[in-house]
Amino acid sequence: MRKLRGIAFAIAEAIDQEMARNDRIIVLGEDVTYWGAVFGFTMGLFNKYGRDRVVDTPITEQTFMGMAVGAASVGMHPVVSLMFVDFCGAGFDQMFNHMAKNHYMSGGQFPMPVTVITAIGGGYGDAAQHSQVLYGLFAHLPGFKVVVPTTAYDAKGLTITALRDQNPVIIFGHKLLTGLPFLPFEGEEEDVPEEPYTVEFGKAAVRREGRDLTIIAAGLMVPRSLKAAELLAREGISAEVIDLRTLVPLDEATLVESARKTGRVLIVDEDYLSYGMTGEVAFRVQAGALGSLKAPIQRLAVPDVPIPFSEPLESTVIPSVQRIYEAARSLVGAGAAA
Amino acid sequence: MLIKPEPSLEDLRYIVAKAGLDADRLLKAYRQMCLIRSFEELIADRYYIGKTPQFNMAAGPIRGEMHLAVGQEAVAVGVCSLLEGGDVVVSTHRPHHHALAKGVDPKKLAAEIFGKATGFCRGKGGHMHLFDATNRFACSGIVGASFPQAAGAAFAFQKLGQRNVGVAFGGEGAANHGTFAETLNMAGLFNLPLIIVIEDNFFADSTPKWAAVSTVHHFQRGLSFNVPSYLVDGMDFIDVYRAAKEAVGRARNGMGPALIEAVCYRYRGHFEGDAEEYRTREELERWRALDPILRLGERLKRLGWADEATLNRLRDEAHREAEEAIRFAETSPLPEPQEALTGVFR
Repeated sequence: MRKLRGIAFAIAEAIDQEMARNDRIIVLGEDVTYWGAVFGFTMGLFNKYGRDRVVDTPITEQTFMGMAVGAASVGMHPVVSLMFVDFCGAGFDQMFNHMAKNHYMSGGQFPMPVTVITAIGGGYGDAAQHSQVLYGLFAHLPGFKVVVPTTAYDAKGLTITALRDQNPVIIFGHKLLTGLPFLPFEGEEEDVPEEPYTVEFGKAAVRREGRDLTIIAAGLMVPRSLKAAELLAREGISAEVIDLRTLVPLDEATLVESARKTGRVLIVDEDYLSYGMTGEVAFRVQAGALGSLKAPIQRLAVPDVPIPFSEPLESTVIPSVQRIYEAARSLVGAGAAA
Repeated sequence: MLIKPEPSLEDLRYIVAKAGLDADRLLKAYRQMCLIRSFEELIADRYYIGKTPQFNMAAGPIRGEMHLAVGQEAVAVGVCSLLEGGDVVVSTHRPHHHALAKGVDPKKLAAEIFGKATGFCRGKGGHMHLFDATNRFACSGIVGASFPQAAGAAFAFQKLGQRNVGVAFGGEGAANHGTFAETLNMAGLFNLPLIIVIEDNFFADSTPKWAAVSTVHHFQRGLSFNVPSYLVDGMDFIDVYRAAKEAVGRARNGMGPALIEAVCYRYRGHFEGDAEEYRTREELERWRALDPILRLGERLKRLGWADEATLNRLRDEAHREAEEAIRFAETSPLPEPQEALTGVFR
């Protein structure tokens, strides 16, 4: 056990340990050698495994995603870096029409063990084409497992689970949780075992227990919700905070149980508001806990606009601690905050 | 003759020997091309059941779109007869000839096209999404999608130290897709054991080549990526085979990728139901005169390796095999509806 700061090193360590165990794992993508996939998810692997197993590709998302599909079909387990999730547009056909579907379309003949690791989120001024979250897009499409680690412990365990899964798994690592020196860090240093371990998919984590309302979140919105819960506690409002950890599969049972207990649910999301995670989670929660709900489910997300550049604009659209706090406060009937 | 003059008997013997072909291989190729021809024509026949007089794509025993490869048999057989079971073929929306040439079971192929439970994919794939793991055959209905996937298989073979190759088929329309250039770059860069085969049949759906291609031929584009590139007569089994033999041999021995552009012609529309306003009957007839089965048959006779009776026997045998496949499909059960809800994840 030692202290780790952020998810980037934890993910890289998980890949390293699985690469040592499984020689079918190969890393490919843009800048995965010297730059560790820019956001650190492959840091150190090049020095240890060399270019044979850590392969820089040309900037051709559709082709390296397609190569991952082809390599997986003959027994490799490619780990593909999609530098920013915003770049999925350039590789999307190979992802959603092939990677996600070939196992189903082939009647189960072709497994598709591909792990895609991508950086998500804003809050540091990278604007509309480098700040999106977009996990809702992938969660919508059948065939992807959608993993959103918040803590270093989860990042390592979930990545190892992904690397032992025979299905396409996409790991969405938030840039402000990476712990890299050139970015703000909103996570916490924490104890992470050095030895390999797994974290099961489809098990949400109750990060803070509470009685008055449930806040459901993923990624960066988890630490922000925890900070909001601190503010609420000062006013005697007890908020339970749940970290989804994986959107697909989704741990409906934990969400419903919490909603039945608190009777009030706020869903916080850094993805776009409409037709996304908040709507889906709200539907599932009401289906299981309608009789216990004391108020309509509330949600806070990016209000259906692209992520703007200028700081006051960006802060307006990405849910902040303050706005989570206000939304929670208003949900429990404490009135709007000043 | 399309690109090269028809060889004299003496030259034909020389070309055939040089390509490592013999009577046995040529007769086998002839039968294989006949099987594809019969299979495609029988599928066309069954496809229109329930679709006349009013053409309704959802009606009849075969639903959806149908892209047949009658006329393009020599390209599929010329390339795939050089492949081993462990080699990967990734095909296109027009995949039946490639699948049969790669050696898939015609019965399971037909059953999948009919959407039956006995099909390769238990009825989940259909005509444009055929997969056979045993013979390492896959395809995609998305134009241009085959190139990177075959490159990925080639990449894996290289990493795993296996002496297998990846083969991607695509039309001349697909060669205008970004994946074509990207994959050529990747293949040249990594020296992948990959063969890209462009079936240049002159029409991307309905769009004639002159309206869609800035160059004359796509093999020129391969050269700019340092990928050895061949232009062959796709209506001539021997010409395709000669180039493919070099390409596959080089790839298998670690000498990198190749591009083969095979000029050919599809006799039927882009899809069944195509009104074909974009071409004339005269053009079609000119190409039919170059028919690959006809030409190989003539050459077999000239070489003294078959007479008309032998050719008839091979055609009949192949036709019966295709008929059995169709019959198997027709008499197979449809999948249980619950099957639809299984198999998203492993």
